[in-house]
Amino acid sequence: MPESLLYGTEVVLNGLMAGVLYALVALGFVLIYKASGIFNYAQGVMALFSAATLVGIMKGQVPFAHLINAALGTEIHHFGWHVPALLAILLTMGVMVLLAWAVQKFVFRHLVNQEPIILFMATIGLAYFLEGFGDLMWGSDIKKMDVGLPQGGSFWIEENTQWLGFGNENFYGFFLDQLDLVATAIAAVLVIALVLFSQYTKQGRAMRAVADDHQAALSVGISLNFIWVMVWSVAGFVALVAGIMWGAKSGVQFSLSLIALKALPVLMLGGFTSIPGAIVGGLIIGVGEKLFEFTVGPLVGGATENWFAYVLALVFLVFRPQGLFGEKIIERV
Amino acid sequence: MKMKFATMAVTAMMAAAPAMADLVFPSLSYRTGPYAAGGIPFADGYADYFTLLNERDGGIGGVPTRLLECETGYNTAKGVECYESTKGEGALVYQPLSTGITYQLIPKVTADGIPLHTMGYGRTSAANGEVFSNVFNYPSNYWDGASGAINYLLESNGGDISGKKIALVYHNSAYGKEPIRTLEELQKKHGYELTLLPVDHPGQEQKSQWLQIRRERPDFVVMWGWGVMNQVAIQEASNIRFPMENFIGVWWSGAEHDVLPAGDKANGYKAVTFHNVGRDFPVFDDIQKYVVDTGKAAGAGDQIGNVLYNRGMYAAMLAAEAAKTAQEMHGTAEITPAMMRDGMEALVIDEAKMTALGMPNFGPSFNVSCENHGGPGLVGMTQWDAANQTWSMISDFKETDGEVIGALVAEDSASYAAENNIEAGCK
Repeated sequence: MPESLLYGTEVVLNGLMAGVLYALVALGFVLIYKASGIFNYAQGVMALFSAATLVGIMKGQVPFAHLINAALGTEIHHFGWHVPALLAILLTMGVMVLLAWAVQKFVFRHLVNQEPIILFMATIGLAYFLEGFGDLMWGSDIKKMDVGLPQGGSFWIEENTQWLGFGNENFYGFFLDQLDLVATAIAAVLVIALVLFSQYTKQGRAMRAVADDHQAALSVGISLNFIWVMVWSVAGFVALVAGIMWGAKSGVQFSLSLIALKALPVLMLGGFTSIPGAIVGGLIIGVGEKLFEFTVGPLVGGATENWFAYVLALVFLVFRPQGLFGEKIIERV
Repeated sequence: MKMKFATMAVTAMMAAAPAMADLVFPSLSYRTGPYAAGGIPFADGYADYFTLLNERDGGIGGVPTRLLECETGYNTAKGVECYESTKGEGALVYQPLSTGITYQLIPKVTADGIPLHTMGYGRTSAANGEVFSNVFNYPSNYWDGASGAINYLLESNGGDISGKKIALVYHNSAYGKEPIRTLEELQKKHGYELTLLPVDHPGQEQKSQWLQIRRERPDFVVMWGWGVMNQVAIQEASNIRFPMENFIGVWWSGAEHDVLPAGDKANGYKAVTFHNVGRDFPVFDDIQKYVVDTGKAAGAGDQIGNVLYNRGMYAAMLAAEAAKTAQEMHGTAEITPAMMRDGMEALVIDEAKMTALGMPNFGPSFNVSCENHGGPGLVGMTQWDAANQTWSMISDFKETDGEVIGALVAEDSASYAAENNIEAGCK
């Protein structure tokens, strides 16, 4: 097989994996938008907050330690215990449910029937609040995310694909990061679970009913408050998964909140209301940007991925303004 | 009533008097935002050293120092706002810790007569004091960093790296592009192959760059990163099993938080430096005693000895020594920004002085002059030991390629002088 084809295949495979990671972030946006029509600007910060909470719980860190020490003159930092990853994930989920409840009670409950732009602005405020609150709670130092996920190129894949080079010494087998493979498996499970939840459970059907028509849902006795708390909790869980995956790559730090920027072109392409759209959009963006960087990047000085993702999404928008899987909105005048 | 007014006036004057006599050192810090992890320890080190001087020595020359901290968030516009809002307080020297802010402040400080010190960052050609009268970048600059990395590779390869492949992974910004010209000039001299791999801000996704490195197998990788880009690059390098001992970062890519997320796999990673690492220096005992133990530390006191804390402390020490020099030159303890500039231009740092300050072998010895605001450009090499989680110096501070860098400084500063109608020369 020609060298360029082998490398191109490797780029496509890695693009697919990167796309899954983008889709993980986009999923959180879709869930909230689908159920409440809110574009949640704070989704990236939720990923950061959940990941920092997870690491903090695992390490037995005292929340708000700096604040407590400054106020009381104490020197406490850690409880002195380590919490196993699985238990810490469950506890973090508890924190995210509490956050969902607080967001609903103190912010969105008071904004029912407001214009979408008002709700959007509220999420911007929420993002800044959560950013500072998270820093105050867990500190702004970079934390290592260690929940036992494998990392690094897979030896097995490298060794078992080396023959594809047919003796070409420059080909060392395909590189696939084990973390990306795990992320793909988790994303697949997550999407299946979300689809099953929304199709076959009472709460899922209620969520879809709220998404279709708030007033009609209310008239049949569905509690909007409960559904929105549930949706924000599920989005919090998705944010936690994205935070774990991205945090394992870069450490848990402020920049984790910027992964939302990677989700925007995915949403534009896949549509704001479709779970499969987020996945397919992520894959197209992932493969598209990596292939463009591989083929055209060297000719234009590289670093094309950030802008190319948006250009690709815009091209799709020209032909399908609602995105690939988004709902076509027809308004009668 | 008159008595009451008089009492109030005297009280007000007494309250105001010490503030007027303070030596004001602004700290344009960033404790929030994507680069906070680097900004916090630097700001803490900077603040703690001035607190030490106040607590132990009663300030500088008997005059207390006052730190004016202003949060920039590493944002250029906010940095300029900070400058404008603090310069009227009698600010003696600015150290913005950002190349973007530096570029905006160069014309402003020159017009306002306030010195600017950009240690290891900023506009490299500001080393030419004949053009940049108020800007200083001693003891080393970006181009020294690039040359230091190449010199180290030359030394460890028997003086010959011709035909070797070197990849530069850089932050796709003005900062990240700084070493390119120097590396290209050095490429002509030493005959290595250079591949340029830009990484867009913030640098969380670098798969394409590291797949290319895996395909092309360069002998060495040099990195010019900051923030999350550093942690991701080191993780990706370990993922493709690139030998860490052949991976060298600039000093802004060589702190503890850059390597810790990658765990044991970061072992052996190297970074150039212009100051020493670790906490085995007497000055830190004093900081512990007079600052941390008395509850006056800027942070939690747990950053002492970390690379960026040390750098902040070193920056403060250089500012304090320049202030001392200015006091001696002008025969007054209450110096002005113009006097501070003179002090910086006449600064002499030698080993005897460093030892007396509790920092033996902490940084290179150097003299500043009107012609040379950049110092000698001596650069050392550090290496990460993942098992002990420590950086250690693996070389002395050594000379960089003055011939190549000098020519580049002359060329760039001449073009700046022409653009801004500056008549070069020492007044």
